[in-house]
Amino acid sequence: MTEQNFWQKYIFSTDHKIIGMQYMFTGMIMALIGGYFAYTFRMQLAFPGTEVFGFGTVSPHEYNSLVTNHGTIMIFWVAMPVLLATFGNFLIPLMIGCDDMVFPRLNRLSYQVFLLSAIVLVASFFVAGGGFGGAWTAYPPLSAQAKYNMTQYGATLWLIAVALEFVAFLLGGINFITTLMNSRAKGMKMYDIPIVLWMIVLASILFMASVGPLIAGAIMLLFDQTLGTGFFDPAQGGDPILWQHLFWFFGHPEVYVVLLPAMGIVAEIITVFSRKKLFAYKTVLYTAFATGVLSFFVWAHHQFIAGIDPRMANVFAVTTLLISIPIAEMLFVYIATLYGGSIRLTAAMLFALSFLAAFLIGGVTGIFLGASGADIYFHDTYFVVAHFHYTFFPIAILAVFAGLYYWFPKMFGRHMSETLGKIHFWGTFIPFNLIFLPLFFLGAAGQHRRIYSYELFSELNSADFQNLRVLATVALIVMLIFQLPFLYNFFASMLRGKVATANPWQANTLEWAAPSPPPHGNFATLPEVYRPPYEYSVPGRESDFWPQHEKPSGESKA
Amino acid sequence: MDLIIEQASSFAADIDMVILLIAVLAGFWFFLAEAVLFYFIFKFRQRKGVKAQYITGTRKEEKKWLHWPHNLIIVCDLVIIFFAIKVWYDIKQDLPPAQEVVQVIGRQWSWQFVHPGLDKQLGTADDVATVDELRVKVGVTYHFKLESRDVLHSFSVPVFRLKQDAVPGRVFTGWFTPTKTGTYDIQCAEMCGMGHGLMQGRLVIEDEAAHDEWLRNKAT
Repeated sequence: MTEQNFWQKYIFSTDHKIIGMQYMFTGMIMALIGGYFAYTFRMQLAFPGTEVFGFGTVSPHEYNSLVTNHGTIMIFWVAMPVLLATFGNFLIPLMIGCDDMVFPRLNRLSYQVFLLSAIVLVASFFVAGGGFGGAWTAYPPLSAQAKYNMTQYGATLWLIAVALEFVAFLLGGINFITTLMNSRAKGMKMYDIPIVLWMIVLASILFMASVGPLIAGAIMLLFDQTLGTGFFDPAQGGDPILWQHLFWFFGHPEVYVVLLPAMGIVAEIITVFSRKKLFAYKTVLYTAFATGVLSFFVWAHHQFIAGIDPRMANVFAVTTLLISIPIAEMLFVYIATLYGGSIRLTAAMLFALSFLAAFLIGGVTGIFLGASGADIYFHDTYFVVAHFHYTFFPIAILAVFAGLYYWFPKMFGRHMSETLGKIHFWGTFIPFNLIFLPLFFLGAAGQHRRIYSYELFSELNSADFQNLRVLATVALIVMLIFQLPFLYNFFASMLRGKVATANPWQANTLEWAAPSPPPHGNFATLPEVYRPPYEYSVPGRESDFWPQHEKPSGESKA
Repeated sequence: MDLIIEQASSFAADIDMVILLIAVLAGFWFFLAEAVLFYFIFKFRQRKGVKAQYITGTRKEEKKWLHWPHNLIIVCDLVIIFFAIKVWYDIKQDLPPAQEVVQVIGRQWSWQFVHPGLDKQLGTADDVATVDELRVKVGVTYHFKLESRDVLHSFSVPVFRLKQDAVPGRVFTGWFTPTKTGTYDIQCAEMCGMGHGLMQGRLVIEDEAAHDEWLRNKAT
């Protein structure tokens, strides 16, 4: 192979690892923007009307735009690229023992479209009228007509950015699915595939099956905005609630699109760091399938009080509560996996365990919202905000950090500092709880979302409630400050960290058979697979791990 | 719940009962799971010379640790579903006959209310229209006719535990029976544009004499 110059190697690369890292760095930059937005509007909520350091005073118009784009960025430009695209791209070829994705150029195109979508979104903040402020769900007629939302250009650019992002993930998703199905190493059977890959591919299937209606809806909304059509305009015979169905038919499976890869990452990490076989591998797989299928039948629980036929709510309350069963079972499997283990609390393991502890809160609070009768009260309150942050934060932040600390040696051939990692962990996990536990309480007290100041509402304007808002804001600032050790650790370790061996964690899966970092093409000779991925602490063996690619010797039962 | 926020409608206590039920059932599983998780983390820390056990989780006596919680959670879910749907049905599907009807109209960015006059009939000459103030009589069962003039709004009265989106082009009918007098917040619970945070209304619940007095003053 001829030597590649910088542009070929890092910018227009078709190497799955480089593309994964492009997604990762873009996602990190977007996370900083999303975090900055959160800081700004939390400051406004804690200290209404005062000048926010680094922003200035926040007008109601700007507040709406900040909230809207915080949500949009964190889901579409952080959770999706980091969980699906970064880990999917980096891990799939390595963990199935092949040299690259089956469609490397499609993969490159996927990132380029994604980058374009991010640029369009960021551009939308700077056009006349400012960024779109009609909530990340973009319900028409507010989102459809400039006379209502007052962000003529911002709304259209926002919509185009979201649509482009979907295109990027469609291109990436088909690549993930095809690669996993066609390029597995010799001997790797269906039940030998590591859980994380199953999860990423299931998530891609869910995404591809659910996003079609929303892309159609986005085009209709774009026409409503720019051509004056009336798909969602009741005055012209359209129906605003139609958008909600199209949005949530995608929007709820989307939750599981990001949840499943996070669950997969956690499965890899807790098995390695407790030196245990995954408890009931097939059960995990079946619960993931069940979750995926059920996730297509729960969307209208977002619309209980939106004006749908009230009889329909009964059906969706049943399906929504049923989906708690496979998710609960998956969590039980993970907890059971710890039983009898030999647990090493590395930074990666701490993040993975905190994912379980925090996601449990997100899960049980979801029951309140899925139960139609209780949702009449909780709908659109801060209870909902706290609930989904207790799902999305573990997914997009805790699981991602777990994955980064775990696979960093493979990505860059060096170790991150464990001490800084643990400081980062506690500095993230404790403030996280202090941000969102008060919000459960405020939500239960009737505080609604997306309101830029509660001074007008006598029931919500008490000093006690305001103290809780200040507590959440201060905790957020503390948490943001504790990301500095991470950023330092990440970049300094990339250059000067302790050099990593090929398999520093003594793990079983195939990515650890490649050198750290793996060169273009990954493996010197493609590995073969002889056993399932989680054969840790097998009785009668000297070492407590047994890599998938290790040839069976005479005495062991192959 | 009533410790955090007052109950001022006939169905507020029913909704709070469902919330309490879920809190007990889901809370039980939550604390159990967290307790087991933390116990395992502390109990099975790495110790010198102790190897992890090899458990596949496929044998029957191992799987029962999944099956039992699985089945019990189904039972809990069914209980929750039953009560959630019962309360939902009473509030949203099975409307009791109305003694009076009020009209509620959301627009960017205020609430408009049309009250029936002393004749207790909506749509007559003595109707009283107000902005951002809804006045109702304690103990009277009202139907409300909810409309929107522009974008989506959501008529939310936390002390009633009542919420319903308003959709342009449609009229939704709902009901409430106030159970105590007082003055409370009305919020808009659906993002409706720049002034969404300003869309605050007041709910005044009063006895019949005070209400009639108010109507008479409005008429003159």
